[in-house]
Amino acid sequence: MKYVIIGNSTAATYAIEGIRSRDAKGKITVISDERHAAYGRPLISYYLYGRTDLAHIAYRSPEFYEKNGVEVLLGERAEKIDAENKKVLLASGKKVPYDRLLVATGSRPFVPPVEGLDSVKEFFNFMTLDDALALEKALSPEKDVLIVGAGLIGLKCMEGIADRVKSVTVIDLADRILPSILDEGGAAFVQRKLEERGIRFILGDSAAKFEENAAYTKSGKKIPFDLLVIAVGVRPNTELVKEAGGEVARGIVTDDGQRTSLKDVYAAGDNCESFDIASGTRRILALLPNAALQGECAGVNMAGGDAHFTNAVPMNAIGFFGSHIATAGVYEGECYEEAAHDHYKKLFFRDNVLKGYILIDCIERAGIYTSLVRNRTPLSDVDVGLLEKSPALMAFSEAARRDKLARRQ
Amino acid sequence: MKRIYVKEKWCLGCHLCEYECAYANSGIADMVKALKGKNICPRIKVEDGDGVHFAVNCRHCTDPICVKSCIAGALSREGDGMVSLDRDKCVGCYTCVMVCPYGAIMPAEDGKAAQKCMLCTDNQMNGEPNCVKHCPNGAIVFEDRG
Amino acid sequence: MNGTLFIYPDYEVVRDYDKCIACRVCERQCANEVHSYDPDLKKMFADNTKCVNCHRCVCLCPTHALKIVKSDNTYKINANWDNQTINEVYRQAGTGGVLLSSMGNPKPYPVYWDKMLVNASQVTNPSIDPLREPMETAVYLGKKNAGIERDENGRLKDTLPPQLKLSVPVMFSAMSYGSISYNAHESLARAAEELGIYYNTGEGGLHKDFYKYGKNTIVQVASGRFGVFKDYLETAAAIEIKMGQGAKPGIGGHLPGSKITDAVSTTRMIPKGVDAISPAPHHDIYSIEDLRQLVYSLKEATDYKKPVIVKIAAVHNCAAIASGIARSGADIIAVDGFRGGTGAAPTRIRDNVGIPIELALASIDTRLREEGIRDNVSIVAAGSIRSSTDLLKAIALGADACYIGTAALLSLGCHLCRSCHQGKCNWGIATQRPELVKRLNPEIGYRRLVRLVTAWKHELQEMMGGMGINSVEALRGNRLMLRGIGLTDRELSVLGIRHAGE
Repeated sequence: MKYVIIGNSTAATYAIEGIRSRDAKGKITVISDERHAAYGRPLISYYLYGRTDLAHIAYRSPEFYEKNGVEVLLGERAEKIDAENKKVLLASGKKVPYDRLLVATGSRPFVPPVEGLDSVKEFFNFMTLDDALALEKALSPEKDVLIVGAGLIGLKCMEGIADRVKSVTVIDLADRILPSILDEGGAAFVQRKLEERGIRFILGDSAAKFEENAAYTKSGKKIPFDLLVIAVGVRPNTELVKEAGGEVARGIVTDDGQRTSLKDVYAAGDNCESFDIASGTRRILALLPNAALQGECAGVNMAGGDAHFTNAVPMNAIGFFGSHIATAGVYEGECYEEAAHDHYKKLFFRDNVLKGYILIDCIERAGIYTSLVRNRTPLSDVDVGLLEKSPALMAFSEAARRDKLARRQ
Repeated sequence: MKRIYVKEKWCLGCHLCEYECAYANSGIADMVKALKGKNICPRIKVEDGDGVHFAVNCRHCTDPICVKSCIAGALSREGDGMVSLDRDKCVGCYTCVMVCPYGAIMPAEDGKAAQKCMLCTDNQMNGEPNCVKHCPNGAIVFEDRG
Repeated sequence: MNGTLFIYPDYEVVRDYDKCIACRVCERQCANEVHSYDPDLKKMFADNTKCVNCHRCVCLCPTHALKIVKSDNTYKINANWDNQTINEVYRQAGTGGVLLSSMGNPKPYPVYWDKMLVNASQVTNPSIDPLREPMETAVYLGKKNAGIERDENGRLKDTLPPQLKLSVPVMFSAMSYGSISYNAHESLARAAEELGIYYNTGEGGLHKDFYKYGKNTIVQVASGRFGVFKDYLETAAAIEIKMGQGAKPGIGGHLPGSKITDAVSTTRMIPKGVDAISPAPHHDIYSIEDLRQLVYSLKEATDYKKPVIVKIAAVHNCAAIASGIARSGADIIAVDGFRGGTGAAPTRIRDNVGIPIELALASIDTRLREEGIRDNVSIVAAGSIRSSTDLLKAIALGADACYIGTAALLSLGCHLCRSCHQGKCNWGIATQRPELVKRLNPEIGYRRLVRLVTAWKHELQEMMGGMGINSVEALRGNRLMLRGIGLTDRELSVLGIRHAGE
């Protein structure tokens, strides 16, 4: 059996482990247009922040590929899937035949077509380790930085470089920071903390035009900068599957075993959709844990197993300068709220389940909340009053607790 | 593998396990020197309710969601089944804190990494869990239940 | 001034602040609320007036920062009016009540065990190595028939009355469910089962969960008749009629309503929350003849299959009483000396009524031998058997076996604070409060009991071997193995032993 994986990040790594859990022998080939062994992609900001280094950024041990019998083609770009003949065509002209193919191509930064962007010399994306290494070279304590995008990527980049440059300004079209994971109150809480640390925000506005060292906003402000980072969003890399005739909506469409509509072609990670049980919709959940679970599921199924990935929920753990945020699910329903100076907390209850939560600087044991969201645990089975105060196993019945602590559940 | 199990029926809520854990992981040979004047940050936490107490630490899940969620590859399931955290790789994103259904992984004292029970294999106790050893009522046991 | 006078506490909690890490374990573990934490000063404090000196905090303090010391606060020294005597007057002047105490008599009366020395073999008789040669510690309690009967074919008839077989001549004394906790009972029951000995329900009935230990259970029938019914008698290995208790001869018992929880109420078959009164006498026993009626009633009820024990406190004329009991049909006499423990007793009675077990045992054994009825009964000695040497000396004085109560409780964690009557035992023994009861994990408790008795057994074997004796049966009543030290002629004569050097 020949397994081929396009992409070499989280989903690919877990797919390798998934395949090897059932098939010790089949040949596995990984194709990646990056030059690095798999690394924790979100770690690039921590690298700039000084929390990790190139020696520790690898996602798996150096022996991982060899131990798992994986041939890795680094710096090779997959151009096309020939689904009929079961081959992947590479930019280098090589053809890689497969019996089972995983498309784990992730996503790429979206760069909006803004006037004058090509005149900016020091302009960076923030997606790959190479992006981070290039950005690092350009950092200096004299430079003012403008980051376009106050989402997860933009703000993690901000944290990574804030102490290494003169100033950081973040601009976003949305009226609040982290709009994908925070409500207004939470965003204001985090924004206040970041502003206390000297970060400048321009919200509800966007860069309409660039010059070499300045941006002009829609509202007419001029923002001078030395260095520009664009982090307005990502686009899933769906083209390979789409061009091969596979079904693609916002992302690649798969069943709950990560099979695409193409025979023997699977997809996992940020390029494909999953069914979000919190919102009840199919959507791209571009989250590392999600990619891991999808990748593993795909790997097991590629090797003839029968795995299903059915409990995807959106969730995010993110932090800035020692302040920590955890969020999960959807923010719908009856809300329990704590808004204090030192922490912010919202729990959303509906239909007898915990639908979602926002925790800022009170993330201890947040996983207990996450498990309630993910398992759709009926609230009638738990002590909600206790849970509102803090996540605790005490909120479960004695029998449920006993099962949990004895690892029977 | 041998894991730590807690028996709610016999937990007195004395919290000794928390202090013994903090001591074991302090790297300091003397308990007084290790803990005096400190706010401890143990890897085991006792929950106290109305007449009910129990300690919670890592369950060393067979299919650990923390491992799959770790953005740094710092968490892994070792050959013997122990879920292990490589502090040098951990960047302190706390995704593991967000996903652990037992609330058994927590920020480390310095706030720069996560921490979890490693069954005292990574400290001066040489694999003899100190919470188990010092529980006065046999409420924490180290057993192989498969 | 009509209220209470401040009385300086007898004991003080001493905290080594260099060692205290303010973990607050002492605070959480003290049911008397002695310890408290001051968050402003970040320091632990202790209220000595509440301390009963149970050592729970001392034992659990992870840095050993705590100790309890005798206070050196004192009134003007007076050999007649000592501090305690004065304080007792103050207390009674304040309360108008009877002073209550628990556990055994703490007064400095002579301990005769410590004035008797044990013999060993030299030259003319060989000692025995118990690791190489058999050393029998099993004993059988019950009537031993002197007569031999044969059937028409000349074969021996088995007319042996029921016996209790003990692997070691030790049993756990009567301690009722109510006075001690469920977990204490479970520990005793499981230990008795594992050791091949017996524990005793006391007068509190038998919890339904413990019927499964019936083979190792002695059930008590006392003056309150709590929990006595058909199943109770039938499940037991033996039945004990409690006539008296060493700690409080002549008086009954009083379990306060606060200890009569649901389970205690069900087990005792009495209303919940109402004081349980055991009358001083059995209202149907005013003579040996009356006692005989109860003995035979119980035998009749259990088809003559179980030995009946009659337990009395060691009092002045106990030898004559024992003679009567030996003729009443009872199989075993248990004698409880004045240092025996209790869950609650009036202090004056505990400290002044009754006589030492050593003297009572010797005189009873002597009397029954003289009357030729020693084999009518077995004798069980009780009332502060503290070690294997006390046990050995008791057997040499004439006991078939001993009851241990206080030693058993000590092995469960009791620190002899003598506050059982307050119901807040920090060790989970003498309490019914669930949060305290759970502090005694029977899994741990029963193992400690087993280890204690096993250790005593080893020591007993060692000492018997040294004497050249290879079975407990051969040691029983063998007073030549004892010599007195520092005793008067009168004491030696009551004990029936010679003085050292003789």
